[in-house]
Amino acid sequence: MKDFICIEGVSKLFGDFKAVDNVDLEIGQGELFSILGGSGCGKTTLLRMLAGFEIPSSGTIKIDGVDVTNMAPYDRPVNMMFQSYAIFPHMNVAKNVGYGLRKDGIAKPEIKKRVDQMLELVQLSELETRNPNQLSGGQTQRVALARALIKQPKVLLLDEPLAALDKKLRERTQFELMNIQDELGITFVVVTHDQEEAMTLSGRIAVMDEGRFEQIGTPKEIYEFPTNRFVADFIGTINMFEGIVTVVGENQIQVYSDEIGETLTALGRQLVEVGQEIDIAVRPEKIFVSKEKPADEDGVCVQGMVDDLGYLGNRSLYRIRLKSGKIVQVSSQNRRRSVTRFLEWEDKVWISWRPRSAVVLLD
Amino acid sequence: MSLATQQQDEMWRRVAIVAPYLWLLVFFLAPFAIIFKISLADPIIAQPPFTPTFDETGSLKASVDSFTFILTDKFYAITYMRSVLMAAAATIMCLALGFPMAYGIARSNPSTRSLLLLLIVLPFWISFLLRVYAWMGLMNNYGVINNFLMWLGAIDEPIQMMYTDFAVLIGLAYSYLPFMILPLYASLERMDLDLVDAAQDLGASRSRAFWDITWPLAKPGIIAGCLLVLIPAMGEYVIPYLLGGPESLLIGRVLFDEFFVNRDWPLASAVAIILLLLLVVPIVLLQRHQARDQEEAV
Repeated sequence: MKDFICIEGVSKLFGDFKAVDNVDLEIGQGELFSILGGSGCGKTTLLRMLAGFEIPSSGTIKIDGVDVTNMAPYDRPVNMMFQSYAIFPHMNVAKNVGYGLRKDGIAKPEIKKRVDQMLELVQLSELETRNPNQLSGGQTQRVALARALIKQPKVLLLDEPLAALDKKLRERTQFELMNIQDELGITFVVVTHDQEEAMTLSGRIAVMDEGRFEQIGTPKEIYEFPTNRFVADFIGTINMFEGIVTVVGENQIQVYSDEIGETLTALGRQLVEVGQEIDIAVRPEKIFVSKEKPADEDGVCVQGMVDDLGYLGNRSLYRIRLKSGKIVQVSSQNRRRSVTRFLEWEDKVWISWRPRSAVVLLD
Repeated sequence: MSLATQQQDEMWRRVAIVAPYLWLLVFFLAPFAIIFKISLADPIIAQPPFTPTFDETGSLKASVDSFTFILTDKFYAITYMRSVLMAAAATIMCLALGFPMAYGIARSNPSTRSLLLLLIVLPFWISFLLRVYAWMGLMNNYGVINNFLMWLGAIDEPIQMMYTDFAVLIGLAYSYLPFMILPLYASLERMDLDLVDAAQDLGASRSRAFWDITWPLAKPGIIAGCLLVLIPAMGEYVIPYLLGGPESLLIGRVLFDEFFVNRDWPLASAVAIILLLLLVVPIVLLQRHQARDQEEAV
């Protein structure tokens, strides 16, 4: 079912400020969907509207065919894991996890059974009687997850689920979250500002800015085929070159760029006209750097000078200065083991990329 | 750090701890001991107006007459009871008024918050006595409230408010309200708002979430606020004296009369000691309860 969650024309105003601006979104059942954006982009407001803490100024929200637009949070088949985790400090782990079931008036033995099952799922069985102030960050996160999952919601909302954890723990928890989601088949909607988190976790991502979706797609689509400058710039690092279209071919275009100092070829997926100002964008890892001029003829090939370099272990980062003064970032894998550096400061180098590595951005 | 400076540090640390205890010893425990001593004496017409604890032969001369008198005369039992009830009613009134106010302040945006807090403490800039006098002007038979109600036509003749228990209750609740609001505010302001959202998200209605989350987490503030109102309200003298009727006696008034009107210092001291016991017992019980709560939490 593609439209398990169906958001239609939803806006939210706070005074004059449009936090969410007329968005449409469909999320399928069992999907792990991320809403990615910087702070103040409206992602949290959208999540709170799904949870029922905010009522949309206009538009409708349906979950599993039921209009929940104006439904109170406690009536929705939706649970949320808060960014602060919001663990009740005056209840122990089991009491926290069982809270939702107690509010539903479920019999005590049944609650006990389901709490035990849930704690087992998040590997906290032996911490049942612990108080929240005795838990580590990772354990707190699991309690929050267990508490939000115990009512078997149709949708689980996760607000920055990993932001409070340190880096090592975050990586491990990411995969645990994915496994749990896979096991239970519950639709997850994650809100995050961390693109790495969004990329690894989700099946699809919506990139949000100023209350609107800039692009919705799989992590791969968003990274490799950004549809506009905001998305290209927001996700990962990218080099952008301003240019003017000189020739429009059948499936490729010629673009002259002052910053590069020559005409280059790009695959034209969009409709462009001769004379149009566009950006050519290339990811750092798609650019090759070499001391000799590469033989590949249909590729783009420009001369520059090493302005700065950084060794990161698995790869090296180079900042190459072109004749125009434009700095190009290049990331290259350190495949060979060697103490001497392949490139040094001030070295004259060639940078090159294939036409299909470049993305044409219109807006 | 050298050993000498370490020792010096240690010495200062001790001074810092000892000083307040010394203060309590000299200005609280010692006067209390004196009051206790007087309560065991007999009243005489002399200066001071009570018998010495040791007679000329050096033998102890203590009598519990004052205590037995208080415990056998129903008048005192009723007055203590009335004081407890009045203070309890004022405390409940302060809590009922103060909780929504503290909640509102804690949830207001930070810029208005400091203004609202200022308004709460602002009355302290005016003398307590003047503020109680102001209430006399308001509740008088021809005071602001009665005049207004008569002008409205709601009543034909003034309602007798002054010199009633009602007036005392209003006076107590008004005077001690800030002592309720401030500790309540402190505990509500610390509370993470997500907790209430989380409770609602898990199926609790608004009121359920309040009783499950907000109320228990505000408990330290509620207890502190209630004690801060209850304790001074029990022994309050000025408010019942100015606003209360002559026959509605409270223990503070009795204490004053025994000391300064009847000049029966031993009896007055005994009244004070029993009042103290009445206050200390609930506080000790409460502290034991809290200590147990904390032990459970750890």
